[in-house]
Amino acid sequence: MAENAMDRIARATPPGVARKIRGLSDRAIAWIFVGPSIFLLLAINIFPLIWTIRLSFTNFRVNRINAPVKWIGLRNYERILTDPDIWQTMQATAHFLFWTIFFQVLIGFTLAWLINKKFRGNDLWTTLIVLPMMLSPAVVGNFWTFLYQPQIGLFNYVVAFFTGADPSSFSMIGSIDLAPWAIVIVDTWMWTPFVMLICLAGLRSIPDSIYEAAEIDRASKWRQFWTITIPLVLPFLMMAVLFRGIENFKMFDLVVQLTGGGPGSVTTLTSIDLKREAFEKWRTGYASAYAVILFVTIFGLASIYVKALNKVKER
Amino acid sequence: MSGFSVNEPSRRMKWFAGILVVFYALVTLMPLLWIIATGFKSPADSIAYPPKVIFRPTLEGYVNLFTTQTRITPDMEEGLEPPKNWVEQIVRDKGMVIAGPSRYVQRFMNSVIIGFGSTFLSVFLGTLAAYAFSRFRVPIKDDLLFFILSTRMMPPIAVAIPIFLMFRQLGLSDTHMGMILLYTAVNLSLSVWLLKGFIDEIPLEYEEAALIDGYTRFQAFYKVVLPQAMTGIASTAIFCLIFAWNEYAFAVLLTSGEAQTAPPFIPTIIGVGGQDWPAVAAGASIFLLPVMVITILLRKHLLRGITFGAVRK
Amino acid sequence: MKKSLLLAAAALAATSVFAAQGAAAKTMTLCWAAWDPANALVELSKDFEEKSGVDMNFEFVPWPNFADRMLNELNSGGSLCDLMIGDSQWIGGAAENGQYVKLNDFFDANGISMDDFLPATVVGYAEWPKNTPNYYALPAYADVVGWTYRKDWFSRPELQAEFKDKYGYDLGVPADLSQLKDIAEFFQGREIDGKTVYGAAIYTERGSEGITMGVTNALYNYGFEYGNPENPYAELDGYVNSPGAVAGLEYYKALYDCCTPPGSSDWYMSEDIDAYKSGQVALQMNFAFIWPGVNADPNVGGDHSGYFANPKGPAGQFAQLGGQGISVVANTDMMDEALDYIKWFAQPEIQARWTEMGGASAMRSVVEDPAFPDAQPYNKAFLESMAIVKDFWAEPSYASLLLAMQDRVHKYVVAGQGTAKEALDGLVRDWTEVFQDEGKL
Repeated sequence: MAENAMDRIARATPPGVARKIRGLSDRAIAWIFVGPSIFLLLAINIFPLIWTIRLSFTNFRVNRINAPVKWIGLRNYERILTDPDIWQTMQATAHFLFWTIFFQVLIGFTLAWLINKKFRGNDLWTTLIVLPMMLSPAVVGNFWTFLYQPQIGLFNYVVAFFTGADPSSFSMIGSIDLAPWAIVIVDTWMWTPFVMLICLAGLRSIPDSIYEAAEIDRASKWRQFWTITIPLVLPFLMMAVLFRGIENFKMFDLVVQLTGGGPGSVTTLTSIDLKREAFEKWRTGYASAYAVILFVTIFGLASIYVKALNKVKER
Repeated sequence: MSGFSVNEPSRRMKWFAGILVVFYALVTLMPLLWIIATGFKSPADSIAYPPKVIFRPTLEGYVNLFTTQTRITPDMEEGLEPPKNWVEQIVRDKGMVIAGPSRYVQRFMNSVIIGFGSTFLSVFLGTLAAYAFSRFRVPIKDDLLFFILSTRMMPPIAVAIPIFLMFRQLGLSDTHMGMILLYTAVNLSLSVWLLKGFIDEIPLEYEEAALIDGYTRFQAFYKVVLPQAMTGIASTAIFCLIFAWNEYAFAVLLTSGEAQTAPPFIPTIIGVGGQDWPAVAAGASIFLLPVMVITILLRKHLLRGITFGAVRK
Repeated sequence: MKKSLLLAAAALAATSVFAAQGAAAKTMTLCWAAWDPANALVELSKDFEEKSGVDMNFEFVPWPNFADRMLNELNSGGSLCDLMIGDSQWIGGAAENGQYVKLNDFFDANGISMDDFLPATVVGYAEWPKNTPNYYALPAYADVVGWTYRKDWFSRPELQAEFKDKYGYDLGVPADLSQLKDIAEFFQGREIDGKTVYGAAIYTERGSEGITMGVTNALYNYGFEYGNPENPYAELDGYVNSPGAVAGLEYYKALYDCCTPPGSSDWYMSEDIDAYKSGQVALQMNFAFIWPGVNADPNVGGDHSGYFANPKGPAGQFAQLGGQGISVVANTDMMDEALDYIKWFAQPEIQARWTEMGGASAMRSVVEDPAFPDAQPYNKAFLESMAIVKDFWAEPSYASLLLAMQDRVHKYVVAGQGTAKEALDGLVRDWTEVFQDEGKL
């Protein structure tokens, strides 16, 4: 497949640039330039993917080298799709995904809108706000467990300061009601700046002339906001949601450090569950089937979304 | 921008917006400031209940971060020479002696080696591929580019299973080389997409002129395009570096003693008995600080980097 | 600047290739958990380095990641560890998959006898299958869950009077688990020296093995068994979820609900220590390894603290076994040196020094020495505890068994979902499924 592609790359090169001059032909250069990247991706992404698919039909286990490997057809898939525990992790993931995106869009857009008011020093503050998202989620997540400790952590005392509640009266990562929100809060803290930056780019891309025209038509600020600002920022916003959606569907490091999936299993997201199956129980075949299901889900959802995004862009 | 624009916000609006944004920034920075502050607390102050905002700063956390220590009995202590410097003094005050350097330096160096190694490779390969994609128009190009991008969608844990098996077969488990190759592959999508954007922006005329002057295609690339793309290459490199620097899932599964990077290591720093929060915070501060500085330096290119070049501003 | 950056990257890439290849010197690596005893072992091993000329390198991983990292290492066929002080439950898998070297011939040839070690530790750390003379490790570190308490608080006259008033017996070391709960309840939320304190810090950790290592101390003593001793894998029902086991699990939840610090929902060894050392709790459940550290602590050490073995329950007195044996990793390229190390380590003088320096020898000549019980304030509690130990499954599939238990127990105790009976019934189903997968049924 790749070979064929290379040939076509060379053949289709526009004649203005593709003249054969001394040295290598364009075709050869294209080969040499693109080849290594494609090769590396095939070796480290595609080959493993095919291997995973193959393993997903077996009962292979990495920690039992001596045991015979049996071909068991779709049994792994059947077991996963009928396992209520896995549906629970899917629900936990959906909850996490929905609310992180909701809050990040809400706060991120608001911040961008405020920053776009161009008050003095907005550049400096924007940069400071952006800091959390550039940091290592595992390191930061680990430290948040410390911040969330009711007696010795900062978080409860800050909440207590604003609400007057007793700091020891609640535990963010200890209670089943609060833990799903605890991970939403940290993710929102970290990634709101991401949505904010993209929204800001969207807001700044709107030419002043459009507002000026609206002003001449005597459209109210409120109306301008809904008929100009929102529609023109929407494609940007949707792209931000796509990025966050994919990232949070894969979420592992931050949450595993924060809660380890607990209490009980209320914050066991699919990646955490998959890691347990694959690298703690060492049920390699089963975990491979699990991985394949995740691939299909993520690609399916992403492609539907991208189609929608393209429609919005066309408008 | 002219002050007469109808879209210029009012003074009151600016104040309102400014106060809200500054408030948000202060709240959002609190955890980071707390990490840095905790690095300078004594272990007792760090787990003080209720938490201490004002405390006597000490470097104990940093000393614990960089050394391993052994407890000594009082009679053993009598036989020892007095502490030679303040570092030894801090340790001796706790009834311990320094047993040697800690693993932190080694883990940090692993992060540097793997980070820079994979960054170099992915930018190198990415520049070549991006150039080809930018300059050769082809029908299947979009598919290939999408293929490259889609590799980034795979959950790391899912790909880790076969990579674990593959690395075991090839003897790449827990080696710098293995991690460099892996991070390079992960970062390729970013570097190809970003760099293609940067190279697209370089006018074709320069190369054509060079070709007419008798340069080979390769020379034109090397002597004309590369220098023009340098800014783009540098900022792409920094984004690749930050990814490799922060990566956790692959590192925790595929490395242990030899090639483990800092992110899986820092949460596991423990001291005597319990988790040594000042040492963890000190390790985190040292690890996070370079990225904070880079972020501030890089703010102009930030958006482009995080959106794979989709938003160019 | 840009150019120099690229150059630096290139240089580093080049060095990293060298670093990857040039690491093989004449050093032997010993892998263990990162904790106080490990630092003592570093000191102790200097003697071996001197005598053998082999450089020792140590790879210590903190407890929450220990099993993950090390089993990953064994399963990936890595060559990081030559010697492994692996957790007691790994022995089945490591033995059956040929990851540890069988040591019988070596023991015979060098006059090392397992009779010289505490029987519980030989069964727990060295044998596979259990109770057969097949040895894959030498008992290295004897450990067991026990309790630490604030002796200074317990001895305050006003508290003693109030306690006696309320419960009708003297405040002191609890005679059984229900007294322990009374005491914890008594201290919960109490104001001591201007600070609110809590009853007990117990194990509740979710991610690795924490809550299992804690809850078993209640389960065993209320009548939980891992199965019918005659028919271990097939007959779980009625043993794992016996009425006694249900009562034990309910006890642990009641203790968690009434008498632990808020937020102690994911606590294991180090969090318990933090809570105890910062003066938050009156009682602490923890492995005995922490006792030397507690005793030496400036705030809670010395006379401030006392130690006792896990109190009895209606069905007897047991305590969860911790501790590890030292094994030779089959994949090592330094087999002779690794065996030499074990031979050196098994000498009675070295074992005595080991305990002295903060280790915990399982050798009878050390712990049965008449001077031992009074050598340290915690030694009596240690000996009592070592006499009543019981361990979790050590099957090759122990990790799956453990994960199931972590999940079921944490769901009930911490998350408060379902009943104790449902949790243990679920556990019977999970474990049965694991044994079916294993082909044991």
